[in-house]
Amino acid sequence: MADLTKKGIGGFLARQGILVAFVLFMVGFALANQRFIAIDNIFGVIRSSAILGVMALGVTFVVIGGNLDLSVGSMMSFSTIVVLDLHDTLGPTLAIPAMFGLTLALGAFIGFLVGYLKLNSLIVTLGMLSAIHGLTLTWSGGQNMDIADKEGTWFGLFGRGDILGVPMPIVIFGTLALVLSLVLSKTPFGRKVYAVGGNGQAATFSGIPRARVVFFTYLISAFCVATAGLLQASRSLGSQNTVGQGYELEVLAMVILGGASLLGGSGTILKTVIGVLIFGFIENGLLLIGLEFYVQDVVIWAVIILAVWLDIAAKRGRLWSPIA
Amino acid sequence: MFTERRKDLLKQGAIWGFIVLELAFFSIAGNYLSVTDTAFMDFDNMLLLLKQSAPIGIIALGMTIIMINGNIDLSVGATFALAAIVMLDSMTWPFMQALGDWAIPLAWGFALLTGVVLGAINGLIVWKTGVDAFIVTLGSMLGFRGLVFMYNGEQPTSHLNWTLVDFAEAQFLGLHTASWFLLAVALILWLVMTRTVHGRNAYAIGNNRDAAVNAGIRVGPHFLLNFMLIGFLAALSAVVFYSESGSVNPNDGMLYELWAITAVVLGGTKLAGGYGSIVSTLGGVIAIQLLRKGLGHIGADTETVNLVIGLILIAVLFLDRQLNRKGKEELKT
Amino acid sequence: MTDQPPVLRLEGVVKTFPGVRALDGVSFDLRPGEVHALMGENGAGKSTLMKVLGGIYDPNEGQICVAEEQVEITSPMQAKARGVVFIHQELSLADELTVAENIWLGELPLKSFGRVDWGKLYADTDAILKTLNVSFDARTRVGDLSIANQQMVEIARALTVDPRAVIFDEPTASLTDAEKVVLFKVIADLQSRGVGIIYISHRMEEIFKITDRISVLRDGQYRGTLNTAETDEEAVTQLMIGRKLDLSRNESHHEMGDVALEVRGLSCGHLFNDVSFTVHRGEVVGFYGLVGAGRTEIAETIFGLRDPSEGQILLGGEEVRIHSPIEAIARGISLVPEDRKGQGLVLGMNCRDNMTLPQVDDLTAGPFVSDGAEISIFDQYRDKLDIRTPGWRQTVGNLSGGNQQKIVIGKWLSMRPEVLIVDEPTRGIDVGSKSEIHNLIRDLAAQGYAVIVISSEMPEVLHVSDRIVAMFSGRVMRTFTSDEVTEDSLIQAISGLQGDKVA
Repeated sequence: MADLTKKGIGGFLARQGILVAFVLFMVGFALANQRFIAIDNIFGVIRSSAILGVMALGVTFVVIGGNLDLSVGSMMSFSTIVVLDLHDTLGPTLAIPAMFGLTLALGAFIGFLVGYLKLNSLIVTLGMLSAIHGLTLTWSGGQNMDIADKEGTWFGLFGRGDILGVPMPIVIFGTLALVLSLVLSKTPFGRKVYAVGGNGQAATFSGIPRARVVFFTYLISAFCVATAGLLQASRSLGSQNTVGQGYELEVLAMVILGGASLLGGSGTILKTVIGVLIFGFIENGLLLIGLEFYVQDVVIWAVIILAVWLDIAAKRGRLWSPIA
Repeated sequence: MFTERRKDLLKQGAIWGFIVLELAFFSIAGNYLSVTDTAFMDFDNMLLLLKQSAPIGIIALGMTIIMINGNIDLSVGATFALAAIVMLDSMTWPFMQALGDWAIPLAWGFALLTGVVLGAINGLIVWKTGVDAFIVTLGSMLGFRGLVFMYNGEQPTSHLNWTLVDFAEAQFLGLHTASWFLLAVALILWLVMTRTVHGRNAYAIGNNRDAAVNAGIRVGPHFLLNFMLIGFLAALSAVVFYSESGSVNPNDGMLYELWAITAVVLGGTKLAGGYGSIVSTLGGVIAIQLLRKGLGHIGADTETVNLVIGLILIAVLFLDRQLNRKGKEELKT
Repeated sequence: MTDQPPVLRLEGVVKTFPGVRALDGVSFDLRPGEVHALMGENGAGKSTLMKVLGGIYDPNEGQICVAEEQVEITSPMQAKARGVVFIHQELSLADELTVAENIWLGELPLKSFGRVDWGKLYADTDAILKTLNVSFDARTRVGDLSIANQQMVEIARALTVDPRAVIFDEPTASLTDAEKVVLFKVIADLQSRGVGIIYISHRMEEIFKITDRISVLRDGQYRGTLNTAETDEEAVTQLMIGRKLDLSRNESHHEMGDVALEVRGLSCGHLFNDVSFTVHRGEVVGFYGLVGAGRTEIAETIFGLRDPSEGQILLGGEEVRIHSPIEAIARGISLVPEDRKGQGLVLGMNCRDNMTLPQVDDLTAGPFVSDGAEISIFDQYRDKLDIRTPGWRQTVGNLSGGNQQKIVIGKWLSMRPEVLIVDEPTRGIDVGSKSEIHNLIRDLAAQGYAVIVISSEMPEVLHVSDRIVAMFSGRVMRTFTSDEVTEDSLIQAISGLQGDKVA
């Protein structure tokens, strides 16, 4: 039954399936509606994906390192609220570094708990999801945040500005993706992240400081979250304190869709970017052919399950699971 | 062996000890800080607390079984919302309206069926594809939520039926309907987990899946059944809650999965599976609700609740690990 | 005994995997009331054969007969129903459940509504436990039992049916001598009830003590059956490895340098106690002992993975405190760990990245890892160790055991250590690669490395060591030079008998 060509095609689909699916979607949507491939539409999609995308970049590090981060959503809402609040008290020049400092401190705390104390990352970040949410609500006094003088500030630059016609969120997302991709694939640190996630014990036996590596993955994640918070705040110049709720699982879905394994040790920044873009373009494509935005969730559901399923089916060499 | 036993008892009793601690703290602190004049330990207050624990509590009880299996279900919040919509919306269907109050049990039936079907979808995917339950239910969390929105757009779905409200607000022996549901579900699931073959198999599978498979336990159908069960319970929770409120927003139930997991973990169930108890989860649920109410009672902002619960969850994890340390000669990896 | 029909008979069983003929026409029979040893080196096909018998693998050819009736076995359950029961090496018990629940797992007695019939369950279990004469009862939680008692639970599982054949897979691997006595009594009891027993073990002394016949597999092929009473260790070994067992000792002593590593009175909790030894440059010191004697733990302590409770470690005459592998590596200590897949390699990574992992920080050009430097290290050690791989991009998980081990050794050699510790260097490796690795270890000593080899295989220890440290239950019993060591004295030392009482 298992003839070679079939296997070959199956293997290719399993390995590059997500890319194939992406191309098929793009072609399909482009045929259905010409507007889909118009440059301003593509810019629009990437721009609106940028906030979640930036967070996904950070979570990619955490996941490759063999952990989870469920706190990114509420951490982002913390960053957003904090930077908006400080904007009016300290002014934007000080507010931004202050917000980055506070968010990184939260990331460092999580990194300490998961890396050095070796606590289960799912529960730690679940706890932090709740704790940071509480922190945000306390900070804002349960109120929504708004910048008082929306016209007179340059703060909108990050979310609304552009460089040579390219919207700033795209520039930031792209730059960050490029830098982090180099860090992950080319530096000793990146290599260690793969080793720690792939086999933590072997990494320890090879003299890799596992705790420190995990700690830094969370720090990177927090940095990305702070950047996402900045984009969000700068785009809207005001925010509800529930912004970001539920983002943690959506971001995780993007990373998994890109092909990172929850067991750690595999995945790349490029793949995550593809995962992010699939989310964005499916939503946009469905809108353009006249469907509501929430239909994308159902489509994404199918795509995620199919992607992961094909991946593990290729590894075990059979489509259906051996579970009796 | 004796110390093992003691450790076990300690683990089982820890959550109840914590609850007693909370009660004592809030009663005493309440004397000095309370914003109202009523005592915290007031009987009515406690009964109300049980009622308020019901929606998440019923889901958390089901989550316990899923987690004892070594699985997880992130889609319960979306299932909860969809079941609620089905229940409220079905009562506006013409043929249902013709039935008068007989539409109520039928509407409940539709809602519960919705839950079971959604659970079965999760279970079948986990069984047949072998994809980890975390990923499967992460996907269906998005997917089910999409279905919720597709049903009625971004509009809330409302239907107030006074018979239904009366039923939901009824009290029997001082307990509200919702409390009765919570306690009944807890009792039944406790019996299932301690007395039946299905329950014992659930522990065996979570504890050592290969051993269970080798012993001829059919793991796939077992998972399917448990996912249907938690789907049913998520729907039941919706039925209980929305019978009273009569209106559901498409975003309702968001993050319920995380609250339920928090309660289960506070109750001491192992994330890796194989260990945990229904009674302790009930304790976890009550402890969280107690904290919520208690902090309000002593005049703390309700926002602090999230902060405190999150930190307590991490503290519990830390303590659990300290208790299980093997001593100094342990391999440092 | 011979005239009774066999309880289990295999005829020409063949099982192939892509590229491998794991079982190549295996035939043998098991008679009622006999203990039949199944022997063979790692990878000879024993476990594949057991999986065929247990219905986990479907054989490509051949037939299996239980009580002279041809059967097709498709699951362990079905095998059990036919009276063929397995006692696995890796315990397959659920810790959190009671003894009774584990024994009847999958077939708990039922009452109405799917309820468990606890009364019957406990009564039945206690009846079985009584025949085994154990000190725990049906309600004990399995996680609270010792390893030996857990083994007894496994055995009790076999007795829930009326077994025809019971297969023991390395049952004594983790048992103490006293516990072994109990196990052998159980086996004798089964034997007297006419049950056939297949006994898989590597321990010759046990095999000769309790078995009636010995069947040998080599490279998936059936090599023959011997009557235990009419044969000896040498003949069996020859059948197993296809040549005579090489118990030759290491003859070539190299010029010995200064003391590279000295350990004085080192202890770590109950793991090992008051251990002292020295290793010189240019010397190979072998550590020999049974599993659990504390050898690996000593290596881990020297490598900074455990904190010693007492004692000193001296490197080049200077006392050091090592708290982590990072510090150990910085001081020139390397450890090739026992568990290659769990501790030695990141299986999903490629060959080059695995090999350069400990020094990746030093192989940089600017902020990035230097491809050229890495590849040149890989090429150098690939040639030096003769690692056979299509290229450095190959995922390590796809290599054979021998090549994987060479990657790990290469990884540590490229660090140019002062002291190299090698734990079970040839476990699970084919015969050819084995001798290559042995030669390599001798070569390293010749180049002036101080080498510690930990091994559970006597030929290996004899073959590579200049001196041999014999350990028993966390203590050093005696240190031999390769000239004075004899097999007998070595075995006595690792069995806890004092060396001086022997002579």
